[in-house]
Amino acid sequence: MLEVNVARRAPALSPVVSQASVAIAQSAPQGRLAFRIRPAALAGRSDIDGFDLTGPINSRISAGEGDGAGRRTALRLGPDEWLLLVGADEVDERSEAIGAALSGAAFSLVDVSHRDVTFEVTGEGADVVINAGCPIDLSAKAFPVGSATRTLLGKAEIVLQRLGPDSFTVTSWRSFAPYVRGFLIEAARHPH
Amino acid sequence: MSQPFRLSSGGRIDRTRPLSVSFDGRKLEGFAGDTIASMLIASGEHLAGRSFKYHRPRGILSHGSDEPSALLSVDWRADRGPGYRDPNNRASVVEARDGLVVKSQNRWPSLETDIGAVNDLLSPVFVAGFYYKTFMWPRKFWDRVYEPVIRRAAGLGEAPETRDPDRYSNRHAHCDVLVVGAGPAGLAAALAASADGEKRVILADEGAEPGGALLNDVTSTIDGRPAMEWVAETIATLDARENVVLLPRTTAFGYYNHNHVCLVERVSDHIADAPEGIARERLWQVRAGDVVLATGSHERPLVFENNDRPGIMLAESVRAYINRWAVLPGRELVVATASASAYRTALDAKAAGMRVAIVDLRLDADCGPELAAAREAGIVVRTGHTVIRALGRKRVDGLVVARIGTDGSVGEKATLACDCVAMSGGWTPSVHLFSQSRGKLVFDVERDAFLPGTAAQATRSAGACRGVYDLAAVIADGAQAGGGSAAPQASATFTGFQPVRVLPTDADPSRVKAFVDFQNDVTAKDIKLAVREGFESIEHVKRYTTTGMATDQGKTSNMNALGLVAGILDRPLPAVGTTTFRPPYTPVSFGALIGPARDELFDPVRKTPIDGWAEKHGAVFEPVALWRRAKYFPRAGEDMAAAVARETKAVRTNVGIFDASTLGKIEVVGPDAAEFMNRIYTNAWLKLKVGGCRYGLMLREDGFVYDDGVVARLAEDRFHVTTTTGGAPRVLRHMEDYLQTEWPDLDVFLTSITEQWAVIALQGPKARQVLEPFVSDIDLSEAAFPHMTVKTGYVCGVPCRLFRVSFTGELGFEVNVPADYGEAVWKTLFEAGGRHGITPYGTEAMHVLRAEVGYVVVGQETDGTVTADDLGLSGLVSKAKADFVGKRSLARPDMVAAGRRQLVGLLTKDPSEVLDEGAQVVDDPGQPIPMKMVGHVTSSYRSENCGRSIAMALIEAGRERLGETVFVTTPGGFTEAVISKAVFYEVKGETADA
Repeated sequence: MLEVNVARRAPALSPVVSQASVAIAQSAPQGRLAFRIRPAALAGRSDIDGFDLTGPINSRISAGEGDGAGRRTALRLGPDEWLLLVGADEVDERSEAIGAALSGAAFSLVDVSHRDVTFEVTGEGADVVINAGCPIDLSAKAFPVGSATRTLLGKAEIVLQRLGPDSFTVTSWRSFAPYVRGFLIEAARHPH
Repeated sequence: MSQPFRLSSGGRIDRTRPLSVSFDGRKLEGFAGDTIASMLIASGEHLAGRSFKYHRPRGILSHGSDEPSALLSVDWRADRGPGYRDPNNRASVVEARDGLVVKSQNRWPSLETDIGAVNDLLSPVFVAGFYYKTFMWPRKFWDRVYEPVIRRAAGLGEAPETRDPDRYSNRHAHCDVLVVGAGPAGLAAALAASADGEKRVILADEGAEPGGALLNDVTSTIDGRPAMEWVAETIATLDARENVVLLPRTTAFGYYNHNHVCLVERVSDHIADAPEGIARERLWQVRAGDVVLATGSHERPLVFENNDRPGIMLAESVRAYINRWAVLPGRELVVATASASAYRTALDAKAAGMRVAIVDLRLDADCGPELAAAREAGIVVRTGHTVIRALGRKRVDGLVVARIGTDGSVGEKATLACDCVAMSGGWTPSVHLFSQSRGKLVFDVERDAFLPGTAAQATRSAGACRGVYDLAAVIADGAQAGGGSAAPQASATFTGFQPVRVLPTDADPSRVKAFVDFQNDVTAKDIKLAVREGFESIEHVKRYTTTGMATDQGKTSNMNALGLVAGILDRPLPAVGTTTFRPPYTPVSFGALIGPARDELFDPVRKTPIDGWAEKHGAVFEPVALWRRAKYFPRAGEDMAAAVARETKAVRTNVGIFDASTLGKIEVVGPDAAEFMNRIYTNAWLKLKVGGCRYGLMLREDGFVYDDGVVARLAEDRFHVTTTTGGAPRVLRHMEDYLQTEWPDLDVFLTSITEQWAVIALQGPKARQVLEPFVSDIDLSEAAFPHMTVKTGYVCGVPCRLFRVSFTGELGFEVNVPADYGEAVWKTLFEAGGRHGITPYGTEAMHVLRAEVGYVVVGQETDGTVTADDLGLSGLVSKAKADFVGKRSLARPDMVAAGRRQLVGLLTKDPSEVLDEGAQVVDDPGQPIPMKMVGHVTSSYRSENCGRSIAMALIEAGRERLGETVFVTTPGGFTEAVISKAVFYEVKGETADA
């Protein structure tokens, strides 16, 4: 592998301004793998390369220590679909390990790290800000901490995670990121 | 004193907070809690506007959102500049506050003296269907005379002309029970529904204050105490419950599928010093488990001559102004009624100091305890009387009444002097939302009303909106709808009314104006005329006369209109039917519907990773689907033609660099990937070697071309598919659709990678020279890396999928790098390419270059009715494959018929002439109109490389007509062109196909 000798640049977004209690910030680059496999092909395995795949649809399970390398997060987005989150520099390593673990099974693993941009939406009323454009029920009962789903924010498709009672992430394709960011900031002005 | 009709005590106004507003330039005074209507009445005024058609003086009819007459233009923030004004606000619901500038409408030069009132004298001309009958001939008058005249004369209020500077927000919410209406039924329902502390309850009411009709009520008691004490207690209880959301000033206006109810909350119009940036209105999109409709009822006006004179009001509204706003609508009141409830108005008005008389259509024997109560209070009651007409013009000053004989004849008349009339023709339940929810309405003869029948969704109606009028019963009904059982006791209510459509009169009915629909100026005689002319369905009568079609949707008028039609036809009311209720219940601002979707949030504008560089280098952009793409890069002094000529020349002589990142990309992975490709595309895929690329053509089920693109096989089980820019979402959907519904047996997975990769196209003879220094692990030589192959490796040190492909006919590479690296790699290649004359080019040059060598663009050469053979691409349609999407359709007779339009080139006689894209092609321009069109131009450009204009066209049997002359439409007539092959330029040197 050659040394990377050009700069990496996420979509150019102006600095976030939020007057409200809800903060909107762009996440650091992250490794993302679109993982598809039929449950039957897992043949009872609950864990692939440290990713816990046992969560129900619309949930996230984060395994491993700390925040950095070694943390493995699996978002179950559909019956045969997961989004795996890893460190930005771990994508190749994880891909190889997953491939080895599943040798012989029919599956698809595609690197989408650069496809997506993630925003963190935090603070009291974060749910209200997201509900400005997202039609799903974000009550603690219907969308508890540990939920993750594909849904909509206004006119953009997003993947929504709930990390805490007042802490969400909103992930969209990169070209939708300026819209998503603008939408969230607009919604955070006097949300109540 | 500027409020001569304000009572010295009572009412729900805050006398410690005086305020003033400007009404037609004059100052109106009042208190917090007032509406514009109550302030007008306090000042002794009723005249509030001129009517729609006849410009008759109109006053205030009601105290709620059903007000048809007192419509005002309101400038909500006159101090903040233009754009804050909107028309047709109902004076009865505009909450007064300092700073409002309101104006009456439909009058010129002034409310008092209105020129348009001449229409009232001309009214014999303006009968129902007047426009349809009058503005028929001559035909040439339609556009120039009739339409402008009608447009100027019609309409209510003036539409805003400047941009709305207000902010509007949107919010989705979920609850277990949504209660619409915070009157006694709604409050009881919310109380019961939220009692367990678990169920999420939203209680919305259009008013500023909860309480509904109890706000007008100073006599009813609940559990032995004044009713409003119960309201206050209930609100306090609900407020304390964490599971309840109270939404005042919030109108539920639309009831859609799956208990999706839209509400508009007026957030800040009532706040004098609203903080900058606060939303004006908020659209709530509520998804509710259960909906309780407690929307109350509307009082019916009585239909008699001049029943629209200012000072004539609904009886309950007179009561509301006296009790809730502490204003007297006059000194001398006549209560004209067919309903028991109006007696309460009479009693309260008398108690407040008005002189009161009652005229009741009903006979003594048909009245209830209300009659004795009124007489006991010393009120003269004329039972068995009708109202012949109102006297006065800008204000009622008398009422002519007459006894009705036992045979229905009109007897002895009397004129009752008055400055206010309270009329009541009974009550109409507000079933709008229930009807919108697709629930069935059932006519109830006893209550003379359509009531909610079988519900289509999880919805229950409670209280007056289902014909329950007695207070105790209303509360019990609400509690039950909320899932409870216990309900407090309440004092008895005067209920019951005698249905009446038009009051009996001895006047010539063809000469009197007795209004049914006040806002659209529809009279009883208009409706009679419509029926006489053969309109029998209420839906037809409605459209012909426009009754019920104004902004109030006939809340006060519909039952009178319906009953009138039924009466004339001598049919039972249900046989005439009822009109369909449609959203919105009351007018909703566009702002609330649009919410944040304006300016940069109107639609996402998708930009590529290289967009910033393009912008810095002066690109002119064009929208392509949601993307914005660089169209061309003009240098100083260049127009588009010059820039495109330079860019296209540079590609064929040196090298061009092009941002192709927007191309749709799908990674198709799985053991059955090749089989899947084989079924989706028309051509063969099983034998494509790993590392090979193939141009793929995709059809819809109907056999027409759907999309195309180059596909690379990265591994036995992995394909990198490209699609057109605009086609990316639909191609993925199309593939998923087949995979999930037709071929679930295939082990294949699809992942969109459009945005994972930035794509930089290097095209031209020097493309390899530019790229070579930055690639160390890929042999770029012709032998090692021929046309239509793909390699993975590193470019500029970043991982790359490198395609040897061309959309120009020249030597070409498409460099796919992870998107975050796109701009840096582009810059690196561009800077290094400088010594090779590298030129950035845009989509316009790309289009010209591909046309020069005869490549089609799906969506430009195709329009959904074009086959592969029409495009001359039948070679891409496999004859050997057992099946693929669209195969069967290709055998349909039309698809193989002779004379289909085929893709050819068109060369104008005058090489400098550029045809219009979309221009029609004919064989003989001299033939009579309508001409036989044999084809149309699909693409047309000025080609610098060809030294002339070039065009592509679809022409009937075109491939057999090479060399023939045809005629193409131009803005001025026709021009001559010769049919050619759709290839115009021959690539020199190392070509793409070498």
